Amino acid sequence: MDQIIFIVILFITTAALLYSFWKIKSNFDKTKSTAFDGQIGKRTKLTFQVAFGQSKILRKPLVGLMHALVFWGFMVITIGSLEIIIDGISGSHRIFGTWGIVYDVISASGDLFAFIVLFGIIAFLFRRLVMHINRFKGIELGKKNKTDANIALTFIMLLMLSLIGLNVYEVVLMGDKTIGTYPVSGLLVNWASPVHAAGLYHFFWWMHILLIFVFANYLPYSKHFHVFMSLPNVFFSNLKPLTQLPLMPEVKKEVDLMMSDNPYADSTEPASSRFGVKDVEDITWKNYMDALTCTQCGRCTEVCPANITGKLLSPRKIFVDIRQRMDEKAGINKEDAKALVGDYITPEELWACTSCNACAQECPLNISHPNLIMDMRRYLVLEEGQAPEELNAMFANIENNGAPWKYSPEDRLKWTEG
Amino acid sequence: MADLKAKGHQPEYLFWVGCAGAFDKRYQKVTRAFAQILNKANIDYAVLGTEETCTGDPAKRAGNEMLFQMQAMQVIETFNTYQVQKIICTCPHCFNIIKNEYPELGGHYEVMHYSSFLQHLIDSGRIKIKKDAFVNKKITFHDPCYLGRGNGIYEAPRKVINAFDVDYTELKRAKSFSLCCGAGGAQMFKEAEKGNKEVFEERTEDVLASGADIVATACPFCMTMLSDGIKYKNKEDSLVNMDLAELIEQNMDT
Repeated sequence: MDQIIFIVILFITTAALLYSFWKIKSNFDKTKSTAFDGQIGKRTKLTFQVAFGQSKILRKPLVGLMHALVFWGFMVITIGSLEIIIDGISGSHRIFGTWGIVYDVISASGDLFAFIVLFGIIAFLFRRLVMHINRFKGIELGKKNKTDANIALTFIMLLMLSLIGLNVYEVVLMGDKTIGTYPVSGLLVNWASPVHAAGLYHFFWWMHILLIFVFANYLPYSKHFHVFMSLPNVFFSNLKPLTQLPLMPEVKKEVDLMMSDNPYADSTEPASSRFGVKDVEDITWKNYMDALTCTQCGRCTEVCPANITGKLLSPRKIFVDIRQRMDEKAGINKEDAKALVGDYITPEELWACTSCNACAQECPLNISHPNLIMDMRRYLVLEEGQAPEELNAMFANIENNGAPWKYSPEDRLKWTEG
Repeated sequence: MADLKAKGHQPEYLFWVGCAGAFDKRYQKVTRAFAQILNKANIDYAVLGTEETCTGDPAKRAGNEMLFQMQAMQVIETFNTYQVQKIICTCPHCFNIIKNEYPELGGHYEVMHYSSFLQHLIDSGRIKIKKDAFVNKKITFHDPCYLGRGNGIYEAPRKVINAFDVDYTELKRAKSFSLCCGAGGAQMFKEAEKGNKEVFEERTEDVLASGADIVATACPFCMTMLSDGIKYKNKEDSLVNMDLAELIEQNMDT
C-alpha cells in the first residue's frame, strides 16, 4: 500500500516539476540564440573550480566556507535522497546498503554533513533575521524576496532535521543490524524513544521525502532555483576577458554597407531586429539563465562603485527585474505597453555603470552584468537616441576631430613639446 | 610612422599614445616620460602622430556601436597601411579594445600594456634605475579595472614599483578586489548620476587610509580621478599621484 501511495505522489511531483520546466523552457524560447563556442574541456575545468570547488564564493572566506560546506553536504545527501526514492518505489529498506564499505562512507559523511548543514542553515537564518547585513537589503528586495529566502532556508532546515531523525531511528530500530554508519546521530540514540521507534522512523522517512518533493516544486518559483541552475550556468560562463564587450554583428553589416562602393546593394534585405536590449525578447538565452541562477546574494551590488556611492544602480536588480518581467510577459502572452528598459530598469541606473566589472568578478556563479547593461545602453543610443547630453557631445567630438574632447587632430604631437 | 615609412624603415613597435596621452595636460607628461624611457632603452618604435585617432572605446561603452566600428575600421586601416604588428599602449582602455575587440573586426596584433613592457625592460636590464630613489617612501598602487580585472594584469605594475627599494603597501581593496576610480564606461565624459558621494572620493579614501606617500597609477583616467580626489581632500602636501612611467623615468641611471 505504501508503495502505491509513494508512486502516485512521485508521479504527481514529477508531472508538476515537468510543467514548471516546460514553462521555463517556453520563456527561453523567447530569448535570442547565440552560437556556442565549444571549449568543453575548459568549461568542464571551470565548472569543477567555480561550482564544485566553490572558488568564487570563498572570496569571502568565512561565509564562503559555510556555503561550501552546505553545498558539499547536499552533494553527499542527494545520494541518500535517490536511495529513498528507489526504496519508496520498490519497498526495499536502504537498498544501497549492499554496497558495504562504500555505503558506510556515504552514510557516515551524509550523517556528519546533515549536522553541518543544519548549523550552517541556522547561521544563515540568524544572519538574515537578526544581523543587519547590508547586502541583504536593496530596492529590488521587497518583502516577497525576503520571505522567499527564509522559506528556502526553513525547508532545508526541516530537511536536515528529518534526515537526522531518520538516522537516529535507524540505529534505535535496527540496533546491531543497522545498515550504514551514523557517527553523529548515533550519539543521540539515548535520547530517542525506543517504544515508538518504528512509527517515528516511518514518520521521519515520509517527512523527509515529502519535503524534498514539495521543495523541488517550490524551487522553480523561487530565487533558490539556483540549486538547479548553478552548475549549467557556470559551465556556460563567458570565457572571454571580463572587459571584452562583444561586437554587434548587425551593426557591422550596416557599417560594411556604408563603406562599400554600392551602399544600396543590399537594401532589399529585411531590416534587422532591434539594436540592443529593450525588453526580455532581446536578451540572450544566457542572460535569462543568469537571471534564473541569481540567488540575490548581493555580492555584486556590494562591490559596485556606483551603488557604494549611493547611486540608483544595483547590478543584482538587473537580473531580479529580468525574471519578474519574463514572468509578467508569460502571464499576458501578448504585447503590452511596458518594457524592461524604462518600466523596470531606468536610464539613470544604466548610465551609472562604470563597466569596472567588479560585479561580474564577484558573482559566485559567473553571472555577467556589465555586458548586459551595455546592451541596454546600446538600445537607448542606437534606437532612441537617448544618451546624456555630454555623451552626445563626446560622440560629436569623436566624429569631427577623432578624440572624445574638442582638440584638433593637428595637435596630437603637442606632448612632445613640453 | 609616416616619416620612417618614407625612409623605408619598419619600426618594431608602434607606441599608441591615445587621446588622453596626446591632449590631457597632466597625462602628456606621462607620454613624454614613457617616450624618454623608450629612447633611452634604444627601442625601435614610432608613433602615428596626427594620423592617430580615437579607438572608439568611449563611444562603444556609451552604447554607440556604430561610431565605435567606424573608428575601429579607420584605425585598423591605418595599422595595415604601416604593417603594424606590435603595439604598446599606455591607456588600459585603448589596450583592452585593440587587444580584445579589434580581432572581431579583422585587426590582429600583438598588443602590450606599457606596464608589462616596463617590467620586461627592467628584467632584461635594458634600463637601469636608481634603486634607492624612494627609500623611506611608502608607495601604493591603484589597479585600473581594464588592466587588472579586465585582462588579468596584476603583477607587472607591482614588479615595476618593487624594482625600487620601497616600502610597498597594498590598498584595502586591491587586485581583483580593487575599487574603480569612477571614470570607466564613458563616465569620464559625463557628470555622475545622483548619489551621496563621488566614486573618486571613495577610492581616494582607500589611498589615504593606506598611509602612502605616493599612489602609483597606470591609466590616464585613474590619474585624473585620483589627482582630483587628492585635491578635493586637500592632501596635495602629503600624497602625490605618479604614473609608473614617471617613477622610472625620473630615476633612471644613465
